[in-house]
Amino acid sequence: MKKSTFGPWLAVVLGAAYFLIPLIATVEFSMRMKRGEYSFEAYRVVLGDPRFQASFSYSVALALATIVIGVLLVVPTAYWVQLRLPKLRPVVEFITLLPLVIPAIVIVFGYLRIYNSESWLPLTDSARGTDLLLAFGYVTLALPYMYRSVDTGLRAIDVRTLTEAAESLGAGWATILFKVIFPNIRSAILSGSFLTFAIVIGEFTFAALLDRPAFGPYLQLVGANRAYEPAALAIIAFVVTWACMGLIQVFGAARGTAQK
Amino acid sequence: MSEPTTARLHPAGPTGLPWAWIGVAPFFLFALLFLILPTAFLVVGAFQTADGAFTLQNLRDLGHPSIVAAYWISIQISAASALGGAVIGAFLAYAAVGGGLPAWIRPTLMTFSGVASNFAGVPLAFAFLATLGRTGLVTWALATWFGFNLYSTGFNLLSFLGLTLTYLYFQIPLMVLILTPALDGLKKEWREAASILGASTFQYWRRIGLPVLWPSLMGSTLLLFANSFGAVATAYALTGSSLNIVTILLYAQIRGDVLHNQNLGYALALGMILITGVSNIAYIWLRGRAERWSR
Repeated sequence: MKKSTFGPWLAVVLGAAYFLIPLIATVEFSMRMKRGEYSFEAYRVVLGDPRFQASFSYSVALALATIVIGVLLVVPTAYWVQLRLPKLRPVVEFITLLPLVIPAIVIVFGYLRIYNSESWLPLTDSARGTDLLLAFGYVTLALPYMYRSVDTGLRAIDVRTLTEAAESLGAGWATILFKVIFPNIRSAILSGSFLTFAIVIGEFTFAALLDRPAFGPYLQLVGANRAYEPAALAIIAFVVTWACMGLIQVFGAARGTAQK
Repeated sequence: MSEPTTARLHPAGPTGLPWAWIGVAPFFLFALLFLILPTAFLVVGAFQTADGAFTLQNLRDLGHPSIVAAYWISIQISAASALGGAVIGAFLAYAAVGGGLPAWIRPTLMTFSGVASNFAGVPLAFAFLATLGRTGLVTWALATWFGFNLYSTGFNLLSFLGLTLTYLYFQIPLMVLILTPALDGLKKEWREAASILGASTFQYWRRIGLPVLWPSLMGSTLLLFANSFGAVATAYALTGSSLNIVTILLYAQIRGDVLHNQNLGYALALGMILITGVSNIAYIWLRGRAERWSR
């Protein structure tokens, strides 16, 4: 049955237009800062702004902390569930999906109530404590993506045989986890990590309500006060997202498994 | 199917079960501290007075016109962007999967969708201000090339329509990502069998395609709904606090107790959890139904 491809082409062209026009508009807008000519002035101003540098490096550091905590939490759990407690799988999967059900603003509202200065664990009392709470919050937000990525990776390898082989050679649990399991699911961990990075880097709600100097609140502040710099920042944020997704493709290509 | 035998195959040592459970203890402790307890605190608080006594008054107070209006406009925007995203996303996914287009279209679309569905929050608001704002490129192009003044029609980016158009930027690609596997599940043989029996394209979709896809379409739409219902950053960066949607109201409540009642704030959060919860549970249920066909 030979069909006309006019309809499908039209859908793809319109879809591409919806995706590309805002990007083109943003690039164009970001270059309008100097009157009468196109320039990269807005980018120069933004990149030279000490608050940009401070908030961006803060968010990068926070994203890295989130990835480390998230990987150390998710990989052993997913490994252990697959190996010893398969009956727990539905429960663990359900918990990892909860952050998609409970809006982020609700979760952080709860944090502000149970970790405030009068609580049994006053994390928000100090800047370091709040940073830690923010990182834990981001681990929670990234949990659905990190868990699914790692779980897919673990299903693709023979966890039982690898573990038994390592055990029979006298390896302890730490050796098994870090020298056998981790290297075998490296691409899954990297995919989850890049996705986490993309989520954390410009996150606004958690950072603003916990009052930390992250990139998301900085973006909002610039947006409220400046004209051309926000467009330049949007392009920078887009490039970061694009880079993360591109890296996922690069590392995921070997496995050929789609993310998300 | 022989999952239960694993525990016996691999004895966990003399201490048996408790030892095996220690392996997942950190995860459960983390989930309890940073996901379940914070939410439970708000849920319990929604049923308490300021002194901690049980009450249903907070839930009744949610009926205040300004709060109902906030929920309602949030529901409308989420429903509009979910429906729009679902319909457009479905056509786009179908075009790439079964439209007979060159092979490079599909992976390209998937990559772009992966990026666009994650390009949300504050930067997305900036991008749409540069596109459809008063001095945006599209606004300018319409005025210059077509003599069409968008803003004289009453259009405003800081409005229901503006926010819906902005949300579509991540809703459409999300739909493409979720629906593509379901479209792959439509077996070619069904279509061939239908056409051998003399069915037209319309009859094929009416009798086979849509009934099989229906749970996936419905489920994905609900997921899109929940996805935009909880969104804060885009709306906040776009409209400040001028648009009274429920996430912005909750944000203001957390910041400065604008409702003058902490416990009413908890009830507001509870209402949000219920709405996103119901749509997610329905999604999971529908996904279960959809998977019957892929076996």
